[in-house]
Amino acid sequence: MAYKTIIEDDIDILVAGAGLGGTGAAFEARYWGKDKKIVIAEKANIDRSGAVAQGLYAINCYMGTRWGENNPEDHVRYARMDLMGMVREDLAFDMARHVDSTVHQFEEWGLPLMKDPKTGNYMREGRWQIMIHGESYKPIVAEAAKKSADKVFNRVCVTHLLMDDGKENRVAGAVGFNVRTGNYHVFKSRTVICGAGGASNIFKPRSVGEGAGRVWYAPWSSGSAYGLMIEAGAKMTQMENRIVLARFKDGYGPVGAYFLHLKTYTQNGLGEEYESKWFPALTEMVGKEYLDTEGQHLSHKPIPTCLRNHAFISEVNAGRGPIHMVTMEAFQDPHLEEIGWHNFLGMTVGQAVLWAATDVDPKYENPELTTSEPYVMGSHATGCGAWCSGPEDVSPDEYYWGYNRMTTVEGLFGAGDAVGGTPHAFSSGSFTEGRLAAKAACKYIDDGKAEGIRVSEKQIADLKEKIYKPLETYKVYSNEIVGGSVNPNFINPRQGLDRLQKLMDEYCGGFGVNYMTNEKLLQIGLKKIKMLEEDMEKIAASDIHELLRAWELNHRVRTSESVFQHTLFRKETRWPGYYYRGDAMKLDDQNWHVLTVSHRDRKTGEYTMEKAPLYHLVGDE
Amino acid sequence: MPTFVYMTRCDGCGQCVDICPSDIMHIDKTLRRAYNIEPDMCWECYSCVKACPHQAIDVRGYADFAPLGHSVRVLRDEEKGTIAWRIKFRNGKKDMELLAPITTKPWGAAIPKLSEEVAPGNEMRDGELLFNEPKYIRMDEGGLHTLESNGLKLKEGVYY
Repeated sequence: MAYKTIIEDDIDILVAGAGLGGTGAAFEARYWGKDKKIVIAEKANIDRSGAVAQGLYAINCYMGTRWGENNPEDHVRYARMDLMGMVREDLAFDMARHVDSTVHQFEEWGLPLMKDPKTGNYMREGRWQIMIHGESYKPIVAEAAKKSADKVFNRVCVTHLLMDDGKENRVAGAVGFNVRTGNYHVFKSRTVICGAGGASNIFKPRSVGEGAGRVWYAPWSSGSAYGLMIEAGAKMTQMENRIVLARFKDGYGPVGAYFLHLKTYTQNGLGEEYESKWFPALTEMVGKEYLDTEGQHLSHKPIPTCLRNHAFISEVNAGRGPIHMVTMEAFQDPHLEEIGWHNFLGMTVGQAVLWAATDVDPKYENPELTTSEPYVMGSHATGCGAWCSGPEDVSPDEYYWGYNRMTTVEGLFGAGDAVGGTPHAFSSGSFTEGRLAAKAACKYIDDGKAEGIRVSEKQIADLKEKIYKPLETYKVYSNEIVGGSVNPNFINPRQGLDRLQKLMDEYCGGFGVNYMTNEKLLQIGLKKIKMLEEDMEKIAASDIHELLRAWELNHRVRTSESVFQHTLFRKETRWPGYYYRGDAMKLDDQNWHVLTVSHRDRKTGEYTMEKAPLYHLVGDE
Repeated sequence: MPTFVYMTRCDGCGQCVDICPSDIMHIDKTLRRAYNIEPDMCWECYSCVKACPHQAIDVRGYADFAPLGHSVRVLRDEEKGTIAWRIKFRNGKKDMELLAPITTKPWGAAIPKLSEEVAPGNEMRDGELLFNEPKYIRMDEGGLHTLESNGLKLKEGVYY
């Protein structure tokens, strides 16, 4: 093969994927590891990579303990309530107690945080959110990572983690290829911090054709966090907990600032409030503990995100759509109108383009909302990801195995979407998790846990062959046909992605089936995904760019299989509005007040599922 | 909104190729200019539009739901620390200009080089504090929150 093998040896901390989690890890690692070799591998350019590439108009996780606004445990209780109880509260508490120090540094670095003119505090959008001019959020944090890292390998797509050939279940680095030169990159490293992203585009999107890129989470979020870690044998948790977003129709523009800051609200096609009428039946489904409309009204507790989705979906199914966002009142105030537009320009420009294209002026017309296709990720209002150790001073025994944010694979750490059970971390919390992981990774090395790692030439050669196989397949078979994309010997990455999206939609509870599934459907889906997995051996790539898509698809398929396994395991409907198990339509605390944990055997591909206990933060008394 | 590139403005410098998070801005080998090779993997993030030194890249809303005749243009200036937008509606009735800051400091200058900071002692290494903590948690002398300091326990079971 013409591609060169480039080996980067003797790395201490390899950051695989540098979005907010990875940049946080690279930055902080230098403080704890002055003499350590810190390397970043990123498939794009860290100045504009990850979910925050486009910018953000808010930081959604800031406690404000400095002004007595919230304590970390308040945020944990909020996340618990929003996720119907299913949170790793040790990790969530740990993130929340550090996150303000991250945000205060962002301000010092030049990120424009808005101030409340009356109090001088940061401008609150909601209880946890502060407003920012965050167009350059990512380039700013990337500067910080660049100042700490020894080397940044942009445009290197990490496809596999390397495993220690001397000791079972210990990481030894990673491999991948440069999406421009095609060269094979080998990173031998004592630890790896996986900062790769969650998964968009695994469920069929509502948009068709050209618009398929207009997904809520970035189209380059290819589930690589899960693809890499599952393949390495790391245990995963809460992978069934996909998220569905209620957003502005087609453009998927965010609604947070609209609800919280602009005080806009929703109504059905008849101009009526619709949410509350669905609550009595919903309380029957989930229990009064999770939805007590009277109590919630008194305590001003927000309604969980999934349950609000449920009301939305039910109202549309009852024939009273579309659901509108009532903007016409707020937008009469020119200041609020400006904020409404800036909000899109700062993080979802496409929504502004869409309104300009369709002449929707929210001052004179209430825009439509929709519920999205599902997404699998771990930092928004959902907590998919790896089963990680918590911090020593907080975690109970079942949640603690020595190093904060270390997965069940030794030396492999996670941050951001990679860490399971930590919803509501968002950008600032993901960066904070990266910092925590970096400190722990340095300690792991200093404690001598990374001694004697061995990577055989065979492992490196085998992976090289595997990575370039799609190019080989194309070369061998493409001339067997006259032309076009129909070939009996292979499928291309787009064809594979289409198949994945269709089967996820139909069998795993996508928008096309109103988010409904059951045991039978899931089992059929698993069979089909096994066949897709077999066909992945025959995927073909005509060039290096398509090879990138082939490996992204590989990570998406690996992610999807895990989602199927977890969804099948949890025999209840824990999050109505995210998905429904038609054969178990009720929330079942007696049997399922637990976290789901999976393990895929590296050699056999067999899954084992287990329940892990839930610990909750409660007052001392 | 997939991006597209104006033939007469692009000089093939490759800034867009360098920055695109989706790896879809490529140089056409015959024309030696950039173009979007995979519009259905474009997020309309505008990273390439902002990076282009000749304003050669623009966006046309996704064909499957956005009618023609609109425009959202942008100028990002790191030296001035601002980003300027202009939004024009299809029907011509709305034409908005919006300006926002992108940084409050000279670019990158205020970000510390951690290799030059005083190294943490063993006590800090064994404890739970991160760089700049505890000071930056509350910008005062207060410490890190712990279960003990906040009167909390982690208990197994069903709590709401």
